[in-house]
Amino acid sequence: MALLLLIFSIAPPTQVQAIDKPNDAGSAILIEWELSKDDETIEKYVILRSTLPDTISEKIGSIIRGNNSFEDDNTDNEKQYIYTVAAVKDDATSYSMPSDIVQSSPQFFNTGRTNILVCILVFTMFLALFVQRARIGKKLFVRKIPGLDAVEEAVGRATEMGKPILYIPGLGDIDWTATIASMNILGEVAKKIARYDTPIIVANRWSVVYTVSKEVVREAFIEEGRPDRFKEDYVRYLTEAQFGFAAAVNGIMLREQPATNFFIGRFWAESLIMAETGAQTGAIQIAGSDSVLQLPFFVAACDYTLIGEELYAASAYLSREPLLMGSLKAQDYGKLIVFVILILFMLLSFFNINLLYLLEVQ
Amino acid sequence: MKRRIPLVICFGIGILMLAQFMIPHPISREFGSTVNKWYIVLAAFALVLAIGNLIRHHSTKIRRKKTDWPYSIVTLSGMVAMSIIGFAGGIDPDSLYQTIYLNVLAPLGSTMFALLAYYMASAAYRSFRARSLEATLLLAAAFIVMIGFMPFGQYISPRLPAFAEWIMKVPNMASQRGIMFGVAFGSIATALKIILGIERSWLGGKK
Repeated sequence: MALLLLIFSIAPPTQVQAIDKPNDAGSAILIEWELSKDDETIEKYVILRSTLPDTISEKIGSIIRGNNSFEDDNTDNEKQYIYTVAAVKDDATSYSMPSDIVQSSPQFFNTGRTNILVCILVFTMFLALFVQRARIGKKLFVRKIPGLDAVEEAVGRATEMGKPILYIPGLGDIDWTATIASMNILGEVAKKIARYDTPIIVANRWSVVYTVSKEVVREAFIEEGRPDRFKEDYVRYLTEAQFGFAAAVNGIMLREQPATNFFIGRFWAESLIMAETGAQTGAIQIAGSDSVLQLPFFVAACDYTLIGEELYAASAYLSREPLLMGSLKAQDYGKLIVFVILILFMLLSFFNINLLYLLEVQ
Repeated sequence: MKRRIPLVICFGIGILMLAQFMIPHPISREFGSTVNKWYIVLAAFALVLAIGNLIRHHSTKIRRKKTDWPYSIVTLSGMVAMSIIGFAGGIDPDSLYQTIYLNVLAPLGSTMFALLAYYMASAAYRSFRARSLEATLLLAAAFIVMIGFMPFGQYISPRLPAFAEWIMKVPNMASQRGIMFGVAFGSIATALKIILGIERSWLGGKK
């Protein structure tokens, strides 16, 4: 009889450890165990929990064989728990030894994001350094960006032709960094427009972007001392529908025949529909986006394209403000550091040293 | 004062949201969630202004009989009709509002999207005229990738599909990642410049 029991019994999971889930808002405990020696023949592991001082265990979940961890995301931060894991096969169940007492708690710092914090601090240091250097009058070299040099020409052309300028601040809402960068560029473009007294049409997809761009254009006119020249109709709200917006922009291009089109911001599949229509109307087109997938379409259909980081450099480049120029240098040094880290990690990988986990973000 | 208050608000909220990203505590999450709710409320107010702009623009166009003014009647009628239908009959899956949305607006959007194929052909024709070294390279790369990914490609050379894949995975991916690094640093720089008040173009200038 004892021999039969030994044959049909299964080995229990061992080394059950329960820990408070790190870097979370509490209410979660991680349970890990060593697999049963009969892992290949069992069906599943059942996880049982008892809440102290009560010693009765309740089943809180199960997981198929081969897995050695489970997350209990339904705990009370005030209470203490003990976990047991059971290996189950048909009618046979084999229980592990209980875990130590564990309690969940919320954390005040996500250590899985330390690398981001370090990155931001280093970058802020560079930013402060170069802004300070710019403040004391040090000359900073910035390479030529043809797309931005063409802005003056594009505004001038529209003025000579007596036609409006169309500015699309992308189809992203205000929480996209590209839209914010676009607002900064719009401010600079609007100042030139106010100087030349050229009409502008800013077509918006989102209501918040509409209100922000309206204020940006209005402020630019005030800055140039021509608040009376600003017209409410310069900044328009069209629609939130992606392709409805593209259709409306195409309609503006074909009806009002702008001499210059700016496509600056975040774009999706509609990019080519708008840019190609603009090209067919004969307008000078300047595009800028951080959307890698849309850049080839803009390169194909526009006269100038600001690629990726050039979009974020545009405001500094156009205003030539020393403080903003300093920030461009900080970006360059940031990239240099990334380049050095990449080379270093690559060399270390030749010696089987993998430090990629340092770059992981939780 | 008109400039200082927005700058102070921007700095304060910017730093708090940065801290919120680093702190997983429920208080921090609650703060993040509250700020997002504020954004929704602000967006609702902004929508009133935006719709006001839409109505003003199109009614002026109709009044002055500007080019293609009848389309403005369609726009305003559509907006008013959909608002009435939505308020009166609700927006449940079986409602008239949803029926119109799914059977009129969605197909119209799909039609616009479908036009993309023609725009692509037109843009490709212009780009692929080998007028410069860059255009020639673009033409050559596109030709190899297109032929390589077609079933026909392997009959020209059994190595062509692998070469096309290499172009996509190595030079193409390398340049995409380069752009993405630049974008990441540009995003951080833009955010920091605005939070620290270095970038003030959105307020009209440096003063």
